[in-house]
Amino acid sequence: MAIKNKKLNLKDKYQYLTRDMAWEPTYQKKEDIYPDEQFEGIKITDWSQWEDPFRLTMDAYWKYQAEKEKKLYAIFDAFAQNNGHQNITDARYVNALKLFLSGVSPLEYAAFQGYARVGRQFSGAGARVACQMQAIDELRHSQTQQHAMSHYNKHFNGLHDAAHQHDRIWFLSVPKSFFDDARSAGPFEFLTAISFSFEYVLTNLLFVPFMSGAAYNGDMATVTFGFSAQSDEARHMTLGLEVIKFILEQHEDNVPIIQRWIDKWFWRGFRLLSLVGMMMDYMLPNKVMSWAEAWEVYYEQNGGALFKDLERYGIRPPKYQDVANAAKNHVSHQAWSTFYQYSQATNFHTWMPEEEEMTWLSEKYPETFDKYYRARFEHWDKEHKEGRRFYNNTLPQLCQVCQIPVIFTEKDDPSVFSHRQIKHDGERYHFCSDGCCDIFKNEPVKYIQAWLPVHQIYQGNCGGADVATVVEKYYHINPGVDNMEYHGSPDHQRWLDIKGLKPLKSNNEKKTAA
Amino acid sequence: MSQKVFIAFQDNDNARYLVEAVMQDNPEAEVQHQPAMIRIEAEKRLVINRETMEETLGREWDVQEMLIDVISIGGNVDEDDDHFILQWN
Repeated sequence: MAIKNKKLNLKDKYQYLTRDMAWEPTYQKKEDIYPDEQFEGIKITDWSQWEDPFRLTMDAYWKYQAEKEKKLYAIFDAFAQNNGHQNITDARYVNALKLFLSGVSPLEYAAFQGYARVGRQFSGAGARVACQMQAIDELRHSQTQQHAMSHYNKHFNGLHDAAHQHDRIWFLSVPKSFFDDARSAGPFEFLTAISFSFEYVLTNLLFVPFMSGAAYNGDMATVTFGFSAQSDEARHMTLGLEVIKFILEQHEDNVPIIQRWIDKWFWRGFRLLSLVGMMMDYMLPNKVMSWAEAWEVYYEQNGGALFKDLERYGIRPPKYQDVANAAKNHVSHQAWSTFYQYSQATNFHTWMPEEEEMTWLSEKYPETFDKYYRARFEHWDKEHKEGRRFYNNTLPQLCQVCQIPVIFTEKDDPSVFSHRQIKHDGERYHFCSDGCCDIFKNEPVKYIQAWLPVHQIYQGNCGGADVATVVEKYYHINPGVDNMEYHGSPDHQRWLDIKGLKPLKSNNEKKTAA
Repeated sequence: MSQKVFIAFQDNDNARYLVEAVMQDNPEAEVQHQPAMIRIEAEKRLVINRETMEETLGREWDVQEMLIDVISIGGNVDEDDDHFILQWN
């Protein structure tokens, strides 16, 4: 007898290959096997309600991931063989990659570790399988990003020691501490932080318009790894939403816990994304959309639809969402101002926007750019042209929670810095905002342990007593080569050589101080 | 308040057929072209049908093949052998 339809349908296949592969323990107690499942106060009554909407099984996972990898590496090869770095719009763009490699790629690795750990902590088979796949995805992202950018490392400075720098450079403590905070939380908070708040609510802002921008700037390798990673991200985002719905449906006591985590991780993610805002508005020579426009589409519109959907569970939009929405017209300018001033201590170059870029910023930020930022930028530009490039030699006050210098301004008055402080156990702590101050108040014992780079430098824990020594010896930044002003840097000189604007030198070693 | 679902694809050869099929089944959807990507958004609901895709492509098509070309999505996902649906409640 011929079997007509021997192929299982998706739902059955998922059931057989995921849930039915699990078993109930008999000679050990469940709470001994999964000791971290209880302490956060989240109540799960029935793990079988967990839904994976993609119903992805391991065999299908390997099949599609293998196909993605083959496509991706064919493009990396083509990019390298054809000297793709020569076809980007401008070498200033490469500085966004330096920030990406040292600030974002290590987070992919941290996410891999995080999912590998929490995947072990859930007694539900569906959740374990989803975490396992995501752990493998995140490892892949970390690896493919390093492979893509290794080509740039052959031709430009500042990409030579990203992992070392991620653990040390002052501003890289912002992304690092974000993930360390999530990874040192319990398994359910980790999922709310990373799967929901970060992946679902906020990563579109990092990977979609910025990668589209990479394409628009001729960077074939980056757009390809970016979108290849995003194809996994679409799965992660779906998981993030399902996680939240699942936990909320399990027990009403979970609602206030989840709400507090959403408030916390929205705010932390919003602060972290200041770096991306600056990359989009200042570091892409060809611009796709402004940070404010991206925020409107990917947070206000998409996030608005999402939180309306979650209303039925008793979840409201994140606290201080209004502050974040108002800040969309300011954060990128304030962040770039800071990096411009402190470029002696960054692993990438900075510059003042060219006149046509200033015009674009005025158009995109009609309420704020000319009024609050243009004059400062024109002044710095003039100073630079007259031989007085401005570097700020005072180390900034950092926020105890997000670890960003206290550079952002009040929602209702962009001429006043937003600065909060409280006393805890006899010590005074400083914050950039009510959002970060609230996070501290909920878990002071966690955040008093923060490793704040400026404090550490002053305490003598970073290899030297002055910034120049810290930058060179502790951060592994080559002074005058990897850091400071772009114009006149070895990268700039090399770019002019590539473009034939100056004759190619016979000995064009990349690392030559200006 | 408007509640848009969306899906973004890499702007490549596969995506051309996906966009064609999506527009057939969701005539009210809006297609936005951005560098290297195509974003489709619709009010509340967007559906991709296997049958329409197979007609458009002229070959058998597994709904999960979409995983290779998708960049991002917004909305609750419902997927089985015959369709991929995004929706807000």
